[in-house]
Amino acid sequence: MNEVVLNVNNLFASYRKTNVLHSINIDVHAGSLTGIIGPNGAGKSTLIKTILNLHPPLTGSVKFFNEPFRKAKRRIGYVPQRGAVDWDFPTDALDVVTMGLYGKIGWLKRPTKKDKAKAYEALDKMGMADFADRQISQLSGGQQQRVFLARALVQDADLYFMDEPLAGVDAATERAIMTILQELKAKGKTVLVVHHDLQTVEDYFDHVLLLNRTVISHGRTAEVFTRDKIAETYGGNMRWMGASS
Amino acid sequence: MSYTAWILLTASLVGLSCGIIGVFLILRKTAMMADAISHTVLLGIVLAFIVTREVSGTAMLIGGILAGLLTAFLVQALHTLDVQHDASMGIVFTTLFAIGVILIATSIGNAHLDVQHALMGEITFIPFHTITLPIIGEIPQATAMLLFVFLVVLISIVAFYKEWKITTFDPALAASLGIPVLLMHYVFMGLVSVTTVASFDAVGAIMVVAMLITPAASAYLWTDKLSLMIVLSGGFGVVSALVGYWIAAWIDTSISGSMAFATGLVFLLSFIFSAAHGLIAKRMKPEIGT
Amino acid sequence: MLSTLWNSNLGWVLLSTMTLGIAAGAIGCIAYWKRQNLMSDALSHAALPGVVIAFFILGEKNLLVIIIGAAISSLIGALFIQWITTSSRISEDSAMGMILAVFYGFGIMLLTIANRSAGGNQSGLDSFIFGQAAAMVRSDVITMLILALIVLFIVFIGFKEWKIFLFDQQFAGGIGLSVKGMNTLYTIVLVLTIVIGIQAVGVILMAALLIIPAVSARYWTQSFRTMILLSAVIGGLSGAIGTLISSYGRGLPTGPFIVVIGAGFFVLSLVFGKEKGILIHYVQYKLQRKNQLQGWKQEVGGR
Repeated sequence: MNEVVLNVNNLFASYRKTNVLHSINIDVHAGSLTGIIGPNGAGKSTLIKTILNLHPPLTGSVKFFNEPFRKAKRRIGYVPQRGAVDWDFPTDALDVVTMGLYGKIGWLKRPTKKDKAKAYEALDKMGMADFADRQISQLSGGQQQRVFLARALVQDADLYFMDEPLAGVDAATERAIMTILQELKAKGKTVLVVHHDLQTVEDYFDHVLLLNRTVISHGRTAEVFTRDKIAETYGGNMRWMGASS
Repeated sequence: MSYTAWILLTASLVGLSCGIIGVFLILRKTAMMADAISHTVLLGIVLAFIVTREVSGTAMLIGGILAGLLTAFLVQALHTLDVQHDASMGIVFTTLFAIGVILIATSIGNAHLDVQHALMGEITFIPFHTITLPIIGEIPQATAMLLFVFLVVLISIVAFYKEWKITTFDPALAASLGIPVLLMHYVFMGLVSVTTVASFDAVGAIMVVAMLITPAASAYLWTDKLSLMIVLSGGFGVVSALVGYWIAAWIDTSISGSMAFATGLVFLLSFIFSAAHGLIAKRMKPEIGT
Repeated sequence: MLSTLWNSNLGWVLLSTMTLGIAAGAIGCIAYWKRQNLMSDALSHAALPGVVIAFFILGEKNLLVIIIGAAISSLIGALFIQWITTSSRISEDSAMGMILAVFYGFGIMLLTIANRSAGGNQSGLDSFIFGQAAAMVRSDVITMLILALIVLFIVFIGFKEWKIFLFDQQFAGGIGLSVKGMNTLYTIVLVLTIVIGIQAVGVILMAALLIIPAVSARYWTQSFRTMILLSAVIGGLSGAIGTLISSYGRGLPTGPFIVVIGAGFFVLSLVFGKEKGILIHYVQYKLQRKNQLQGWKQEVGGR
């Protein structure tokens, strides 16, 4: 079996007063494409944010490539939800993609021609080259999502976290994004995707993580994505309710 | 330099510094934080005066920065304690401002620190308080302070341009790239505070809010490019300052009030005529998508 | 003691700031749930040009006329904010900041002109910027009292309508409540409260009187009715105590003292409040964490 690239150990998180995540234990192996599935309020986004230390955990530890976040951050890529940013921000598509390189460029330095070329290449790969100098508010939802994906590509990470990249996009964009994800996987990269459409899970992901405040099941899609386990995830019987209230 | 030239230079520096800082205030959706900080800076200045017993530029700058950071910190703290964000601002700044006013009214009296002066600014007195600097020579104290603050603002914004951009546009991504988002928030609040303190003498506590927000909001209606927006906003700030001075001279009224009013005029013109987002442009071509 | 208080001007002033505090506390709850806490700040600053035009330029000494001037000016500010927000990409807080400062600047312009022609004395200004309740005469107090009572009446008579309006506007529209009408009524009542408060606490600190009692009350109850009542009580007490303290010194501004007393109530509520106070919250958090870890241990043991 491949190397463990993400290890989450006994992670708890709360949001305001309510507990969102309970005792999360996950091992993710290199080269897997995992769909994170669960009902609304199951804590899918919170899980990603807590793993990436954007949201403080109550307890627990997270290791990337056997190292803490601080040391591994160059190897991690993150695609936030499209709604998380203000698309009226005065900037163009190419510039947003270039932002993916800011971590590598370092303080006090400006993006070079080479950086811009790299960003342009990524946009081209997403079929967005013609929109490079378009103001981002003038892009459709699907186009905005492609820009976000292109930005993740230039990060050239080994481990990606994507929050609902397929939400509210057109069919062509959905296909384009899935092609890219498959390519990433083929290159040995690891991708975790928060996903909401149960119909497509089996076609898109080789691994599934069923989440409802805690991990209901996690493993190969064929083994995990079964009627019983889906029912357990969505069916209400939440294992940790007793402890939370 | 002549008396008028000093005033125009001082006013232009206020317009420039405020215009540049204002762009990020607007884009970070913290415009009202300018209002909050401009009020609490008064407390910082009063405390600096009580401690040092003199009106010195340095002490005022330090007091102002501390008060501004305290405001940002308290607002943040109350917000994490579940108080609505704007309510936290409302509570913190009114309370600190009230304490400042009480201190003035009870312990300082009207000795040199008069509230009206701090609230209205008195740019006409600026050329009378001069200091001598190496190389530059004799320069009004407030102008020197503004020049210094302008350079600090300019250097911080230019040097960390891409960090400001990414923490403003997508703080979550910035954090995942390892950029210290929270630290940058406080540095930014510090910049707002020093700009406010330095502008106090010229335009006063409340009109500085106009200089901070309005030129930037006007620029936001003209362009979709951040760098251009900053240049435009600084330009609008200078134009408002000069037009304000001219209006004040023309009908003989408060210079700071007229400057605030002039920023409003610039915004009104932008609001109606801007090619990108003005009312007329919108009527001509309905928005494509949203 | 009580009778001398009653006969003195102070008694009347006390009564009016207390009533003002009660009215502001009640309407503040509505602003809180509309998430428009800082709107009051923008609108009180925007009232200045109206005050100056009525008081200094028209030379009107009647408080009612000044209040009408302030209200018109402040309503124009509110309309501008709404217009800018709905028809451009400027966000509401930027629009509020602009209107606040530009209107205030315009007010200062007018004021300077008025003072110049009137012989250069700014004595009246302080009372509008920081509030000088002690300077009010009996007829002013009566005007204020009546207006504050009208505000209270409107808040309490439409109590359940306000509740639905704040909680679920669509539902409110569905049961035949005019949302637009309620919004207009809300703006009018808010502006009215602000302009009657200006004389007592001043344009800068008026916002505190609306925000602080409401947020403080939130820490003690989950019921909207109790929150309004409590907020009104806190507002009233702050008004009365602040006025009393400021009356001890000569020429002390009323507004700042009222605000500081209100802030004291807030800090008490923040720490000891029974709903979300820091103390209660801390204890709950500890318990919760203990339960969680225990639950986890059980789970591990059960496997």
